[in-house]
Amino acid sequence: MIATTVQAPTIDWAGLTPLLALLGGAVLVLLAGLLRSSFVRRQCVPVVTIVAFGVAIASSIITWGDAIDVFTFKGDHGPLVIDDLTNIATLLVSITGIGAVLLAWRDHAAEEAGHGEFYALLLTAASGMVVLAGAQNLVTVFVGYELLSIPLYVLCATELRRASSLESGLKYLIVGSIGSATLLYGLAFIYGATGDTNFDGIAAAVPSVDTDVLLLTGIALALVGIAFKASIAPFHQWTPDVYEGAPTPITAFMAVATKVAAFVLLIRLFDVALVDVQDVWAPALATLCAATILVGNVGALGQSSLKRMLAWSSIAQAGYIGAGVVVGSQLGVQATLFYLAVYLVMNVAAFTVIVARERETDLGDDLASMNGLGTARPLLALPMTVALLGLAGIPATAGFIGKFFLIDALVDGDYAWLGVVIVIGSMISLGYYLRVIAAMWMAPVTAGTDERRAGPEVYTLALVAGAATLVFGILVSPLMDVAEDAAKSLGLF
Amino acid sequence: MTIHLSILIALPLAGALFGRYSAITGSVLALAYAIAAVADFDSGASGLQYVTDETWIAQLGIHYKVGLDGLNLILVLLTTVLFTASVFWIIREKVERERLYLGLMGAAHSGVLLALTAQDLALFVIAFDLMLVPFLFITGIWGPVATRAAAITKLFIYTLVGSLLMLAAAIGLAVLVKNQSGAEHLSFAFSDLAKVRLPSSTQNWIFLGFAAAFLVKMPAFPFHGWMPDGYRNMPLPALAVFSAILSKVAAYGFLRVVAPLLPDAMAHFQLLLLLIALASVLYGSAMAFSTTEARLVLGYSSVAQLGFIVLGVFAIQDAGAQGAILQAVNHGLVVAPAFFIVSLLAKRAGGSEDIRDMGGLALRAPILAGLFLIVAFANLAMPGSSNFVGEFMILLGLFQAEPAIAIIASIGVVMAAVYSLRLFIRAMHNRVGPDAESREIGLTNALILVPLVGIILVLAFYPQLPLKKGEKAVTGSIAAAKESAR
Repeated sequence: MIATTVQAPTIDWAGLTPLLALLGGAVLVLLAGLLRSSFVRRQCVPVVTIVAFGVAIASSIITWGDAIDVFTFKGDHGPLVIDDLTNIATLLVSITGIGAVLLAWRDHAAEEAGHGEFYALLLTAASGMVVLAGAQNLVTVFVGYELLSIPLYVLCATELRRASSLESGLKYLIVGSIGSATLLYGLAFIYGATGDTNFDGIAAAVPSVDTDVLLLTGIALALVGIAFKASIAPFHQWTPDVYEGAPTPITAFMAVATKVAAFVLLIRLFDVALVDVQDVWAPALATLCAATILVGNVGALGQSSLKRMLAWSSIAQAGYIGAGVVVGSQLGVQATLFYLAVYLVMNVAAFTVIVARERETDLGDDLASMNGLGTARPLLALPMTVALLGLAGIPATAGFIGKFFLIDALVDGDYAWLGVVIVIGSMISLGYYLRVIAAMWMAPVTAGTDERRAGPEVYTLALVAGAATLVFGILVSPLMDVAEDAAKSLGLF
Repeated sequence: MTIHLSILIALPLAGALFGRYSAITGSVLALAYAIAAVADFDSGASGLQYVTDETWIAQLGIHYKVGLDGLNLILVLLTTVLFTASVFWIIREKVERERLYLGLMGAAHSGVLLALTAQDLALFVIAFDLMLVPFLFITGIWGPVATRAAAITKLFIYTLVGSLLMLAAAIGLAVLVKNQSGAEHLSFAFSDLAKVRLPSSTQNWIFLGFAAAFLVKMPAFPFHGWMPDGYRNMPLPALAVFSAILSKVAAYGFLRVVAPLLPDAMAHFQLLLLLIALASVLYGSAMAFSTTEARLVLGYSSVAQLGFIVLGVFAIQDAGAQGAILQAVNHGLVVAPAFFIVSLLAKRAGGSEDIRDMGGLALRAPILAGLFLIVAFANLAMPGSSNFVGEFMILLGLFQAEPAIAIIASIGVVMAAVYSLRLFIRAMHNRVGPDAESREIGLTNALILVPLVGIILVLAFYPQLPLKKGEKAVTGSIAAAKESAR
């Protein structure tokens, strides 16, 4: 018998804090959920979840500016890095997570699925997103991708007594699995072509294999896999059904956090590892983004379910966000990250108002639930208006600056035509955002003026997110600096 | 570096936040500030005055830069005058949810002032879009219930489509200027953008983006599709300033943005724009004397008048451009009281704004009739009125550039007489309408209307006032384009 010592990788535990917080929180929450006390299950569990997200946020802020290689083995680069890009993703995911917890606090979904399970799944999905965002290795990519997907499949189906929720979960599972399989296949091809699973190894090998069919197939398949998650057309078909069927807090979480993770991965894989073959993938991604913008905006027209409308709108927004990745420049990455952050506040505000109206009226997420909101519930109507104007890209909102930044990056990177597509998309989008605004301010009140009120946490979240949409539209520089730091950590031009 | 202009811009909005009396205070103070600025303005000096220049978003090169020069000085004064009148009018009307109404008007007032004084292209684009948003809500909340939703959708899709094209053009312009000049940072300040002259082919597509925004907002002939519905549904006090001022910001945009930054494109598209403007003059005039809705008579007459202003700008001659600025002021001063009079007439004609329901309203209202007559004469550019001077200068400039178009355009002057007098005669004289009842103008209404008419009279005697203040800036603005057109 030969005695060999297995040399373990060096682990930077401090760098691992966000993941430990999220996964540790998940375990804690799961166990606490087993207790019989309803106080613990209903009140303590959400609080612990928020604390876990809070620790992840704090840790990202503390390690801001560092680039921590979490697992190093004999001096090689490890599979996971906590740099500013990972940090910004952690921040965005955790903030959305806190929003989702607040929305789920008194929701049926958590009640029916069991509080412990519900919040544990939420935390696990978030940890998957962090892993995906920090991935430096194809294997980590796949682990993160699955870690974020599987809990979400379940979360979509947590309203056990509503058939559409179950349908949503099943649909997401089937389509998502196809996405996973495609991604995995693509990653295998990329490995086959470059002979390395580490991103820096791939980046080094790419120039020599350049237009190798193996690499091209790999890129195409990986792109398709990520496109499924980011709902980029033509891989978006699942989005409206799944978003509509899922419990609204989960829809909000999926719409924002999943996109953050998917686009950060897109940045890492395409703008860093594969940037040398940018002339190969950029035209393809640009075409997909243009199609996504048009399909999403046209699809949203005429929707009477607000969740479906926002699902189509989120498809369109994915097109805008993806456009920043196309140019493969630091400016493009910066614009993408900035847009992701403003996309977060706008969507959280909009979904929060929908949750509030679902509880205050019997109309669910129908457009009619917004009728006369301006007179009946000005505290909900104002954030909703600001959020929708922001999504449409009206000046003085964060959405305008975000689009401005994206178009700037596109013109700078010689993709001016894609900037024009963004503009055309924004024009079409007015058609459906204005309908909601018109319903709120111009239609007579039809429902929901009675005593039923969504909880104060819902109102607060709506107001905070709405205010943030305005503030980021006017005091832009701090958020810009954050996006710039994160983009700089990649060393692009 | 002063903060005077920022105070002027912020006053109306700040005032309007706290109800009726503070809204009045805010507007009146802004008016006083604007008068002081005009009096203090040094028309001998060239360049901007009262400049504030702060970096707003460093990464995008957007500055908060505002300043006054001869181009915008008089328009700023016009804005404060008309918005103040409109505030008094709204209070006089006793509308529901008055506080919200005044708040939105205050926001619009500040937005227009920001658009007029902005010296940074991005800031201009932002303000240009922003000033429109309050009117969306005003129309949507106080417009007629049955049709307002369709009207605002049309209005805003039209105008924001134009604005978004302008946004793309503006970003394109700044990025290309940066690349060509080799500057390290992006900058949208007009002074930085003017340092580089882009190749003419590039200028052309950028020009089209700006032209789309400006022509839609004016509106000019084939881009006016939103106008009839928009005008029908907007409450009159808001419509008066919308028609009088927002359209002028578009005309002003041609002189502020397009002429200095895209001179070659301006020369290149001169004929196209002149033809569009000519079509607007003829179409607007023809529609104005065939429609029977009083507010649409004014709406279509605005299309025609804006056509004249564009003719003046795109004559690319000193006289034409000066005439355009003067005419912008004149039209604003005429159309706002005209809408006010329409609202008074409607009250006397059983609530109908159709001129077939009016008639004979002058019978017991000599003062109202007299005021209306002055406004109507000014609108048709009666010799002796300032409008005559404006149209004369526009046609003079145009004659130097394109005599054929000038000759056809002068038909528009004749047509203006037809529609203005038709409106006056059908409303004030003729057979008395079915539910019409002649009544003299009340004191409070007179207090709003008389000062506005007084300004028309003052300008009739002394049209040099805006001309002199603006001369240097206007000729400077089109100098490069003039060179290129030669």
